[in-house]
Amino acid sequence: MAESELNLIATPPCAGLLPLSIGTVTASEEPSCALTSIAPYRGQEGALSDALKNAHGMAWPKPGRMTGKAGARALWFGQGQALLVGPAPDAGLARHAALTDQSDAWAMVRLSGAGAQDVLARLTPLDLRRGSFKRGHTARTEIAHMMGSLTRLGEEAFLILVFRSMAATLAHDLETAMQSVAARKRL
Amino acid sequence: MRIDGNGLIDRTKPLRFSFDGHAYDGYHGDTLASALLANGIRLVGRSFKYHRPRGIMTAGSEEPNALVTVGQGAAQDPNLRATTLELHDGLEARSQNRWPSLDWDLLALNDLAAPFFGAGFYYKTFMWPRAFWEKLYEPMIRRAAGLGALSGQANAERYEKAFAHCDLLVIGAGPAGLMAALTAARAGADVILADEDRVMGGRLNLETEEVGGQAGRDWAAGVVEELRAMENVRLMPRTTVTGAYDGGTYGAVERVAMHVPNPGPAPRECFWRISARRAILATGALERPVAFRDNDRPGIMMAGAVRAYVNRWNVAPGRSVVVFGNNDGAHRTAADLLAAGVNVAALVDARLGATTTLDVPFYAGHICGSEGRKGLEAVSIATMSGIEKVQADCLAVSGGWNPSLHLACHMGGRPDWSPGIVAFVPRAGMVPGLAAAGAANGTFSTAGCLAAGADAAQAALTDLGLNPGMPEIPRAEDGTYDITPLWSVPGKGRAWLDFQNDVTVKDVKLAVREAYASVEHMKRYTTQGMAPDQGKNSNVNALAVLADATGRTIPETGTTTYRPPFVPVSIAAMGAGAQGKGFAPERMTTSHKASVAAGAPMIEAGLWYRPSYFPAPGETIWRQSCDREVGFVRGAVGICDVSTLGKIDIQGPDAGAFLDFVYTNMFSTLKVGRTRYGLMLREDGHVMDDGTTARLGENHYLMTTTTAAAGPVMRHLEFVRQGLRPDLDVQLMSVTEQWAQFAVAGPKSRELVNGLLDIPIDNDSFPFMGCGAVTLGGIDARLFRISFSGEHAYEIAVPARYGDSLFRLLKRQAEALGGGAYGMEALNVLRIEKGFITHAEIHGRTTAFDIGMQGMMSRKKDFIGKSASQRRGLMDEGRERLVGLKPVGDVQQLTAGAHLFDEGAEAIRENDQGYVTSVGFSPTLGHYIGLGFLRRGPERIGETIRMVDHLRGVETTCEVCNPVFFDPEGGRARG
Repeated sequence: MAESELNLIATPPCAGLLPLSIGTVTASEEPSCALTSIAPYRGQEGALSDALKNAHGMAWPKPGRMTGKAGARALWFGQGQALLVGPAPDAGLARHAALTDQSDAWAMVRLSGAGAQDVLARLTPLDLRRGSFKRGHTARTEIAHMMGSLTRLGEEAFLILVFRSMAATLAHDLETAMQSVAARKRL
Repeated sequence: MRIDGNGLIDRTKPLRFSFDGHAYDGYHGDTLASALLANGIRLVGRSFKYHRPRGIMTAGSEEPNALVTVGQGAAQDPNLRATTLELHDGLEARSQNRWPSLDWDLLALNDLAAPFFGAGFYYKTFMWPRAFWEKLYEPMIRRAAGLGALSGQANAERYEKAFAHCDLLVIGAGPAGLMAALTAARAGADVILADEDRVMGGRLNLETEEVGGQAGRDWAAGVVEELRAMENVRLMPRTTVTGAYDGGTYGAVERVAMHVPNPGPAPRECFWRISARRAILATGALERPVAFRDNDRPGIMMAGAVRAYVNRWNVAPGRSVVVFGNNDGAHRTAADLLAAGVNVAALVDARLGATTTLDVPFYAGHICGSEGRKGLEAVSIATMSGIEKVQADCLAVSGGWNPSLHLACHMGGRPDWSPGIVAFVPRAGMVPGLAAAGAANGTFSTAGCLAAGADAAQAALTDLGLNPGMPEIPRAEDGTYDITPLWSVPGKGRAWLDFQNDVTVKDVKLAVREAYASVEHMKRYTTQGMAPDQGKNSNVNALAVLADATGRTIPETGTTTYRPPFVPVSIAAMGAGAQGKGFAPERMTTSHKASVAAGAPMIEAGLWYRPSYFPAPGETIWRQSCDREVGFVRGAVGICDVSTLGKIDIQGPDAGAFLDFVYTNMFSTLKVGRTRYGLMLREDGHVMDDGTTARLGENHYLMTTTTAAAGPVMRHLEFVRQGLRPDLDVQLMSVTEQWAQFAVAGPKSRELVNGLLDIPIDNDSFPFMGCGAVTLGGIDARLFRISFSGEHAYEIAVPARYGDSLFRLLKRQAEALGGGAYGMEALNVLRIEKGFITHAEIHGRTTAFDIGMQGMMSRKKDFIGKSASQRRGLMDEGRERLVGLKPVGDVQQLTAGAHLFDEGAEAIRENDQGYVTSVGFSPTLGHYIGLGFLRRGPERIGETIRMVDHLRGVETTCEVCNPVFFDPEGGRARG
């Protein structure tokens, strides 16, 4: 089949599931972007951090931290791992680290609005108090009963990542928690 | 009976409710208990064992008698304490443990037979014959003696679970708790203040005393207002902290919407897990009864509860009240009753030389008995001058107070005995990070509680490195308590200790006579303290009686073990969120919607959902679909979503060496662009998993695992990488979710694939076990020429966003070529025809030798499991080893799970020769085929063997075959 005839359509992980607004909280799917796992080879951490700074403008994130800014971020993603969110990775990074394309592997959801933290208190045991989990803090954690990644983007805004295959479960669990939080306010 | 006063009820908001079908009126702010008393209802329940009439005894969560059921059908909620159940409009409550009605309970006959029904009766009587216990005695006893019941239906009402975190958790919002919270909050600490009640303030809401020159409850309300306005404070009313656990974690249950008629999606209850750096136990104290003859009649209440009903709810629990006690609280009760205009028929003080200044009939003596079948009518007062009977419909009793130290004991610590207050008090450090303050710590004056709360908060904050200021302690009552021990009044008849489990003073003495003299034995023999109130009202009294009967002191006797939860917690709250879809996450493949749209029944494979088969019009049973789909693959081309298999990206200079270490066979020698089947053992030499691994680049491999073992294999590899071989420079990354992968299998598979690829392939550019990057319409994809069906086949992987679109396209193209999509059933038949194994065969107890793959264990290198796999016995010829089976008897069916026996041998365990692991009907061969494990299997090919399925009652004769039924030379896959 010639290239012009074959037209595969891209479906986002949360298609048909989000956005969802209940009360003051909104859950919406983040725009699709490149996601790349970066895992430095032995002794390459320093060189990798420099290369990352030169190519994408952010340092290698410390455990539990996010570096960079909107459009190009690096999330700490586990022991010796970071997730580059936004730009396609500079090819030079491959000299220092294993790069793995994960752009389609994760459902990326932004949870925002007054009460977002209360919604998450029903889904994760993490201490999300503003003084403990500040903007730019990130964690690999349990979200409902899924293993995921949670990052505070702002006062009332969080980034949630779970496996793409679990997007429907995340939407369901978020909806239940959002309903509960909104209903409590009405009591 | 409602009286005048300005308690915490809103007389402008009348409410209608019903109890046992009768309609009554109450007010906003009432509990069911206060509203029942206001309506003159004294009889509210029947006791557990003897069905004795019982009434409201307390005003708190410790209530033993007034348990009711609310809700209908699936929402039926039993054993709710009327004393904490907030009244709302339309509340329908029902009494429990009575038949046919509360007023006329036939099982009250048990009470007449009481002489036979003492402690240990069941153990002694229903021992024989043994088989009768489970079938007859236990169901009968449970029917007769019981509490409320659940409906047995699934409850659709909402419950939830949540987490909270704080610097300081203050448990209880009485004077000590409020002062602690205020001190900590003003110092800037994150504070959670949890209290059982709807209104915070503790006993300040129930008493008439002043704090800081204003009514105690007004002072409390002021503090609560200040706290409410602070960002760093979370107030949790209606929340009972139920348990203290490791690491500063506390369980708590919040009644969220139980007080609201139509709560919408708000949960009835929320079960909280609160993580606190420090905690202050300010749970107050519980008043204890005195045991005397017939001290359980409706109308006999705790003195503190009587004050609570009078002061807070403006309810007189009786028209003529007698007060009896061994401490100054009795006098306070009489004074409050007088102030409220309620007739005090007598004040009875058990203390030697007691006097009073109150204008009431006063007796220095004891209550020694009561009268009135369904409600108190009179009490007998024993004094130096004899016994006098006094008419009364309410008796307020105080035997003193026990600090509510339960949570402090939840981690195994035992409390200290304080002779001064004749009660147990917490010992410091019983729960790390938790300190008791106020009445919970044995401080019984309001002034003392206020100061203790502030002190405790100061200590906790200093410990946390915060610098608290000392708040001004408001002036408050600093009265006396002056208790003289009194546990039971001697005399004939039954004197109740545990009202909820019907345990008397005599029962405890009987336990001692029968040598159950330790407190833990006495508890189990008599069942004292084993009811839902966990002995809150009876433990200390019972062990005091026990101490007396055994000639020991109370501290020598000791307490039983305090265990969570402090109050009953509904299972619905603890299990919240785990019903239905909440039970486990669902993993959906990208082809899910298209498969469901095609009518495929989805089956669970771990967390994944996969299509079982794709029914065609006219097909009525799954076998028809399955046979047709097998035919697609053998005759044309079939499409199957295989994305659920684990995919692990392995990169680094030592990637090859790493794979050589985890697989039994060699991967460092695999050429780039080729794929190899690999076998992985556990450290114990048994097979862990199998799959193909492709070499995508010099330092880049892609491993596939089975669906079931994707997680365990990833974990195993990480353990090897980090723990066993940190010398290897290699990185692992799961890419299972990144790629949607589809099998394209059958003689026409290349024709189909070439219809999609931007650059077509042939047998030279893509031979069997080849792999490489391809493009489809400009999209980067990966192609693997691997086969789980034995046919010429490919697996094509695209970024998951294109999975839905590609699956629909593949299915359409396959249908155009005379094939189509196939599901798990056909996939299973195809692989059994080829003798390919799954976890049905590599189930954890089989070795490479057992599955005929010992040849894959490389001699040239070490690998995980190598030494262990060579243990004697793991390579024994007599082991059960993989064979094929086909039925040759009259019954042409095989069943997985059946066992194999020699012909003529009895089908019993001792004669077991093996078992069947996988079966399917092969439309290709026209008969059933199966895989199984048989002793010395490969040596017995051609023999017949007996298959017996004891569970399903199926039996047949089988021929032992080569496990590869179809195309044993493997030519079809290479073609």
